[in-house]
Amino acid sequence: MISRRSFCKKSLLIAGGLAIPLSCLELFDPKRLLAEKDQKGPRWVFLVDTRKCVGCGFCVKGCKVENEVPYDANVTRTWVERYVVTTDGKTHIDSPKGARDGFPNKGIDIGHGKLEEIKDEDIDKAFFVPKLCNQCDNPPCVQVCPVGATYQTADGVVLVDRKWCIGCGYCIMGCPYGVRFFHPVFHVAEKCNFCYHRITKGMQTACVDSCAFGARRVGNLRDPDDPVTRIIMTERVNVLKEEYGTKPQVFYLGLSKEVK
Amino acid sequence: MVHGEAWTIKEFFTYPNEYIYWTIQIVMYPFMTGLVAGAFVLSSLYHVFGVKQLKEIARFSLVFSFALLPVAMLPLMMHLQQPLRGIEVMLTPHFTSAIAAFGIVFSTYGMIVASELWFVFRKHFVETALALKSIEGRNALQQGQYLLFSVLTLGAWDISHEALEADERAVKKLAAAGIPVACFLHGYAGFIFGSVKANALWMTPLMPVIFICSAVVSGIALCILTYILTMEIRKQLSRRRRLAHPELPSMEELKSAEAHVVAMTSRYLLMFMVAAITLELLDLIFRGYTAVKSWDILRSVIYERDFVNIFVVQYGLGNLVPFVLFLIPGLTIRRAMVGTVLVLLGVFMMRWNVVIGGQAFSSSFSGFMHYVLPLWPDNMETLKEGLVGALIVAGVPFCLFYLLNKVMPVFKETH
Repeated sequence: MISRRSFCKKSLLIAGGLAIPLSCLELFDPKRLLAEKDQKGPRWVFLVDTRKCVGCGFCVKGCKVENEVPYDANVTRTWVERYVVTTDGKTHIDSPKGARDGFPNKGIDIGHGKLEEIKDEDIDKAFFVPKLCNQCDNPPCVQVCPVGATYQTADGVVLVDRKWCIGCGYCIMGCPYGVRFFHPVFHVAEKCNFCYHRITKGMQTACVDSCAFGARRVGNLRDPDDPVTRIIMTERVNVLKEEYGTKPQVFYLGLSKEVK
Repeated sequence: MVHGEAWTIKEFFTYPNEYIYWTIQIVMYPFMTGLVAGAFVLSSLYHVFGVKQLKEIARFSLVFSFALLPVAMLPLMMHLQQPLRGIEVMLTPHFTSAIAAFGIVFSTYGMIVASELWFVFRKHFVETALALKSIEGRNALQQGQYLLFSVLTLGAWDISHEALEADERAVKKLAAAGIPVACFLHGYAGFIFGSVKANALWMTPLMPVIFICSAVVSGIALCILTYILTMEIRKQLSRRRRLAHPELPSMEELKSAEAHVVAMTSRYLLMFMVAAITLELLDLIFRGYTAVKSWDILRSVIYERDFVNIFVVQYGLGNLVPFVLFLIPGLTIRRAMVGTVLVLLGVFMMRWNVVIGGQAFSSSFSGFMHYVLPLWPDNMETLKEGLVGALIVAGVPFCLFYLLNKVMPVFKETH
């Protein structure tokens, strides 16, 4: 009869012995090897020309409808911020309902439903800045997901698996840009994915299509002839919050130092 | 309604998707794991370092640590938007995430505590099972108990002197292995916060160390408090029982034993408290001195919006007052009780100020968010992430302790 001691020893040996060949599957993942070798696919990037944005909010409307984010919920995959810099050096920022309806009030929304009125003569400069997911090259949200429900595709877009997300909110905490939120219907993490279902079929994103002023453009960084790539390569573009080391891939033209 | 909207009040400019997503349950989570780790470290002081004076409270805190263990997981489950998928953290851990280590660390720690408890109480299991076995014509309850205790012995019926000595050696080894694992269990809870680079208040390498120190403080404080309370109940019971059994310890004996244990344990409490406060103040001074980009908004949160929470409740009531209470010579049981309650309040407020305080400002550094704790639940969400949910989490370990004490009596003399 097998003794307890030798039973324990043998079970450990078998478990250990099985673990080694199984770990090889991870070390030599054929799919990953192929993906690393193949660099021919696109790398999706975004270009925002803040000088062209008028704050109409059509992009937000278009996005909400296209991506089934409940229209009246106070969350959105993309939004527009309004910056008003006054003569006293202060910066006033707002984005009522993510600018879904544009900016219907001249006063700045400061929360609690209150508006701060600013006289025209006190304004030094004012502009709009559209925001969306930066599809970072070093995405902190992917790093912190405990179950791997959020991941980056080979073409650079960060996606969420709605069937696997446990809803811990760590990715929401980890994003310095505040682009993530809990979907009010599916109760899982939600974010902008450059309308992945559209761009992979050769279409434009919903926000690009709804922008009447050409302030938003999506492009492929691996294609040197792509007009977006040409602008990024040849003109003075900027990114948001570079100091976090996230390597954001949404590029801005005409970005001012006040932009948060 | 969007998750988080029910309890978040926004002021000035915050990004449209920003809400207080991590609420009171995430305050409870490090608070409860802290108690687990602290209670275990206290018991190890006796088992590993042979601090004899802590013998009685050591066994007590070990069982209590085990009772707290499942509760460390409870607030996380209540917080998840998809609680049924919580098991995925164990099944498909994504190891670049700090949370993914949870399953491994938590189960390692659970196994260490469980096996240590088994070695400590093995003699009791065997004796109880044998005593029950000798009863002729057991009733259903006795038969059930007999089965339970027989299973608990795991077939190791040998309680000779040599076997018991081997048990003690095993306990010592397990307790020694348990200290780093307990520290890791809690240090990594600190790492979960400290590694979030997007949050200016959380991101500091000191966070895990601060969490460990305050964990030990809270664990010891809770053990002292629960010990005092159980001793008071025992005193009342013994008054009645002594009429029938005069050989039981007298009131005076119980009282002096209690005072001795409390005085000894509170000394260790003070030591860890000094370490915790030093690190917390170092962090605060360093932030003010280096004054990086985020300091402007952090300063207005720390010194203005959360001033009462941080400096009055946490440092004043929770640290300074109990510090003075414990340092005044001639520690009485009543004073120790007040002191430990205040220490627990202080550590809870420290967790609160980190978790809620870290979300009190927008990552745009241009606006604030205020958390309104849902007191009375009006739907499932405010039940889970409100006062009632937190009270459930706080109450469960005491129920578990009551049950565990039936099987593993902490006050009965074992070997």
